[in-house]
Amino acid sequence: MSQEVEGQKVDARKRKFLIAATSAVGGVAVASVAVPLVMSMMPSARAKAAGAPVEVDISKVEPGMLLTVEWRGKPVWIVNRTPEMLALLSKHDAKLTDPNSDMPQQPDYCKNPTRSIKPEYLVAVGICTHLGCSPTFRREIGAADLGADWSGGFFCPCHGSTFDLAARVFKGVPAPTNLVIPPHQYLSDAKLLIGVDAKGA
Amino acid sequence: MSALQKMMGWIDDRFPLTATYKAHLSEYYAPKNFNFWYFFGSLALLVLVIQIVTGIFLTMNYKPDAALAFISVEYIMRDVEWGWLIRYMHSTGASMFFVVVYLHMFRGLMYGSYRKPRELIWIFGVLIYLVLMAEAFVGYMLPWGQMSYWGAQVIVNLFAAVPFIGEDLSIWIRGDYVISDATLNRFFAFHVIALPLVLIALVAVHLVALHEVGSNNPDGIEIKKKKDPKTGIPLDGIPFHPYYTVKDIVGVIVFLMLFSAIVFFAPAMGGYFLEAANFVPADPLKTPEHIAPLWYFTPFYAILRAVPPLFGSQFPGVVAMGLSIVFLFFLPWLDRSKVKSIRYRGPIYKAFLAAFIVSFIGLGYLGLLPSTPVATIFAQIFSVIYFLFFLLMPWYTSIDKTKPEPERVTG
Repeated sequence: MSQEVEGQKVDARKRKFLIAATSAVGGVAVASVAVPLVMSMMPSARAKAAGAPVEVDISKVEPGMLLTVEWRGKPVWIVNRTPEMLALLSKHDAKLTDPNSDMPQQPDYCKNPTRSIKPEYLVAVGICTHLGCSPTFRREIGAADLGADWSGGFFCPCHGSTFDLAARVFKGVPAPTNLVIPPHQYLSDAKLLIGVDAKGA
Repeated sequence: MSALQKMMGWIDDRFPLTATYKAHLSEYYAPKNFNFWYFFGSLALLVLVIQIVTGIFLTMNYKPDAALAFISVEYIMRDVEWGWLIRYMHSTGASMFFVVVYLHMFRGLMYGSYRKPRELIWIFGVLIYLVLMAEAFVGYMLPWGQMSYWGAQVIVNLFAAVPFIGEDLSIWIRGDYVISDATLNRFFAFHVIALPLVLIALVAVHLVALHEVGSNNPDGIEIKKKKDPKTGIPLDGIPFHPYYTVKDIVGVIVFLMLFSAIVFFAPAMGGYFLEAANFVPADPLKTPEHIAPLWYFTPFYAILRAVPPLFGSQFPGVVAMGLSIVFLFFLPWLDRSKVKSIRYRGPIYKAFLAAFIVSFIGLGYLGLLPSTPVATIFAQIFSVIYFLFFLLMPWYTSIDKTKPEPERVTG
């Protein structure tokens, strides 16, 4: 395909090819330059280092009380559940969205009725699975604002989601899933390490 | 030829100054029947200027650092000469921007300003609205108060609800596993440079498109159809300058009176323009008792909360919220009415528009409240009406009984 322009032969096909090739190479260059810019927005090495595991002394957490520690900038709760609290856990399965912890919100070693390694200690990320608020610990049974059948748990003040003392979400609230159980392990009876699984787990 | 004329000639040979002035001001013919609702376009431009100017001076003392941000805002408020005024102008300007833009958009709905041939004006306008919301959202984070922090937490987590890539996407937006200094710093970059540049560019194309096709008017008829055979000027058109520049100055003065009243007497506007919880520094370990976004986001927030989680994911709510804005883009093609203006529409359209406005305001009110079962049911009803306004529009606009449009504008 060629045409005459001012007495000169012009190869239009060649021109088209050159325009396409130049545009393609230019496009690749733009995309390549975009990669470092986009990647610069990922967590920096310092932010990643701050996500390191946290060691907690749990000997001071009295039965029925809650301790909040910070891991990766998120609140992590450690609740020392009393035998009475544990006994109430199995009483309301019908009211829960995911009573058997079928959704992957916990490591496999916590996929059990108490969602914990040791039944008495609940370790959970205190961030509502709805939109990331931090629920409050409401241990009083039958609290006036939560109903007479309230058996203790967590209440999210943002949008009213409720969770039981195994951090399982109740039905009919905005939060879709149970709270996240972070990877953790016991270094000794009193020492808990949050952020890494035990070896071989 | 005077020296001034000589100089203008010298410039015009090198830059189309006179031609531009004529095309956009002295010989831009706008319909002569503009009413009250036509103030808000120029007012939006005024607020944009206020925000840019006050914003420049705020950055001179603000520090985009999680450890310093909150104190630097207090420093601006207490120690910087006139700092309180500049900051209150900026914070009031943010809310007033949305007041003006919502009224401007409502004008478009009433008089069919989005209809052919103004589809692109409308689309650029919706894009301006979207960028404005992004700008307001990242800006609200900068004072690093409790509401800045937790509001950002809630909104960034919306992205985490996207299936498969959500978690990585939200980490990429935050630059950290949680809202942190990295997030604040990049939001500052978005707020002071990236988004304002996009906003100004969009405003420019919005105006270029408007001046290409000409303004709509309360009668929704084209003034360009009836031109003076000799001059080619629309019979119902008057030059923008001086007629509408003078009219708009009246609007500007009334607006500035209101604006000043808020800045000087009620800068927090009872917690609607500046929320009480934001006077407390951000604390990642303590959520405020009640998180509500600022009033201009609450209609969409209410739609988000109205949709229950499906299949263990709150993504449907996020989709509904996104769709509530996406539908706006399609308005020019959803409307099948023979007429543009509400003046000549039938009762069905008027009823739907009224229901839509009531729902939008209702959703805005519900979005401010804590979530209760009754409020959720109302939010669900209003959300359905909101979407039906768009979804049923091709049907009800085509069956609606319209009145004949006049040949010339009616004043």
